[in-house]
Amino acid sequence: MDARIGIRNTKSILFKGVIVFLAFIITIPLIIVLLYIIKQGVLQVNWHFLTNVPAAVGEAGGGISNALVGTAIIVGISSLIAIPVGILAGIYLSENPYTKLAYYAGLCVDILQGVPSIVVGIVVYFWVVKPLGTFSALSGSIALAIMMLPIVIRSTEQTLRLLPDSLKEAALSLGVPYHRVILKVIIPCGFAGILSGIMLSIARIIGETAPLLFTAFGNPFLSTSITKPMESLPHIIFTYATSPYDDWHNLAWGASFILLMFVLLLNIFTKLITRKWKIQL
Amino acid sequence: MENTVVSASKFNAWFGDNHVVKDVSIGIKKNQVVAVMGPSGCGKTTFLRCINRMHELIPGATAKGSLKLYNDDVYNMNPIYVRYKIGMVFQRPNPFPNLSIYDNVIAGYKLNGLKMKKADLNNIVEKSLTSAALWGEVKDSLHKKGTFLSGGQQQRLCIARAIAMEPEVILFDEPTSALDPISTSSIEALFHELKANYTLIIVTHNMQQAARVSDKTAFFYLGELVEFDDTKQMFTAPKDSRTQNYITGRFS
Repeated sequence: MDARIGIRNTKSILFKGVIVFLAFIITIPLIIVLLYIIKQGVLQVNWHFLTNVPAAVGEAGGGISNALVGTAIIVGISSLIAIPVGILAGIYLSENPYTKLAYYAGLCVDILQGVPSIVVGIVVYFWVVKPLGTFSALSGSIALAIMMLPIVIRSTEQTLRLLPDSLKEAALSLGVPYHRVILKVIIPCGFAGILSGIMLSIARIIGETAPLLFTAFGNPFLSTSITKPMESLPHIIFTYATSPYDDWHNLAWGASFILLMFVLLLNIFTKLITRKWKIQL
Repeated sequence: MENTVVSASKFNAWFGDNHVVKDVSIGIKKNQVVAVMGPSGCGKTTFLRCINRMHELIPGATAKGSLKLYNDDVYNMNPIYVRYKIGMVFQRPNPFPNLSIYDNVIAGYKLNGLKMKKADLNNIVEKSLTSAALWGEVKDSLHKKGTFLSGGQQQRLCIARAIAMEPEVILFDEPTSALDPISTSSIEALFHELKANYTLIIVTHNMQQAARVSDKTAFFYLGELVEFDDTKQMFTAPKDSRTQNYITGRFS
């Protein structure tokens, strides 16, 4: 009997050892990627790098200001499109979970989430770029907005579903009309969750390259017109990393570093927000 | 009977096919405390929630029959107006977690977007919290979140929130079942104060509570209103054998 218990204890220790080891292993890829990009990229980044457009081949210096501005504009417009639609759809799904519409809408959201980004890009290419006859920042924004939608919808829905019904009943019992219950009670109480969903969705799409290849296209000059092609951070990385010039490779490393830092900060900030603003129920 | 505030006649309510309130007829007079008791699932809470039309918010819930506030049929009125006139306090304290104590009291005004003078609001807050016997405990922390209060204080905050709207009737859905005995007794004491100005209808599982706080008691069983009488009469000499059985604990 004692021997059996000994074997079982050994098995437990072994099992625990394996899961701890694997949990440790999964942190390694992130750390390696981080270290490598920091090592390659951090030296490229300086004020000149952030405020200048890329230099021509053979010229020294040059920066990524066109990509920074472009990414800000493209992601900004995607957010303007996707956030209101996503939040409202998320409210519908959390409020009416058992309707037919909610079932099919939820199904569509799940499928949309699984659509490869390049497919979203090609669809927007045929819907927007071809009819308008030109690559444009706007078409890039639309492609990214489509990718943002499912994340915003699902995170809004899940946040609001966690709020107790008693909260809604409290407001309704005071004679507050339904739309005000949603706007003044439900959304404020779920605000931290909704906001963190939005930030994560931005972190998710900011690095998307594929749908921008044939929508926003890219632009070696600084452009702020949303009807013209526009550069973006992931696209500048793609273009310059695949070029044969060392100067341009360095540019790509610098841009990667900036992009990575941005995503990292966005994630950390999201964690802080959810912890700080979470409403104690 | 012009002092009858809430009256029902042949009132029925369903959840889908489940007939939970059957042909209930009752007349509740002004400034009375009415306890509604009965075993779980007897329809007492459903009946209560019909009075301010909260019942219909549950998908599949329906109601039929006459239910009046004074002379107006509640089911012909706008539910929003009904809920102004008939306040409600729930089983679990549910102050708005995003609002301060102050804002919780005036939530009925604030959430409805009614613009009011600061001085009037201050008055309402002080008066309502005083009536709910909470003013002394919170007057120095009005701008803290309501959820920092203890359970009993939160429940009194919810009572203050209902009082602030100056309703005719306040419905209580097992208001002390989530509270400890001390908080419970402070809320029971409050009922005696409140009945000077309001009509109170209290659903309770607790027979002792019904006996302690109410003027009249209604006994529901399997969706029917079995007996409705003076509390004293009910607990000493009930007319119906089912009431007798329930009170003496022979079934529950």
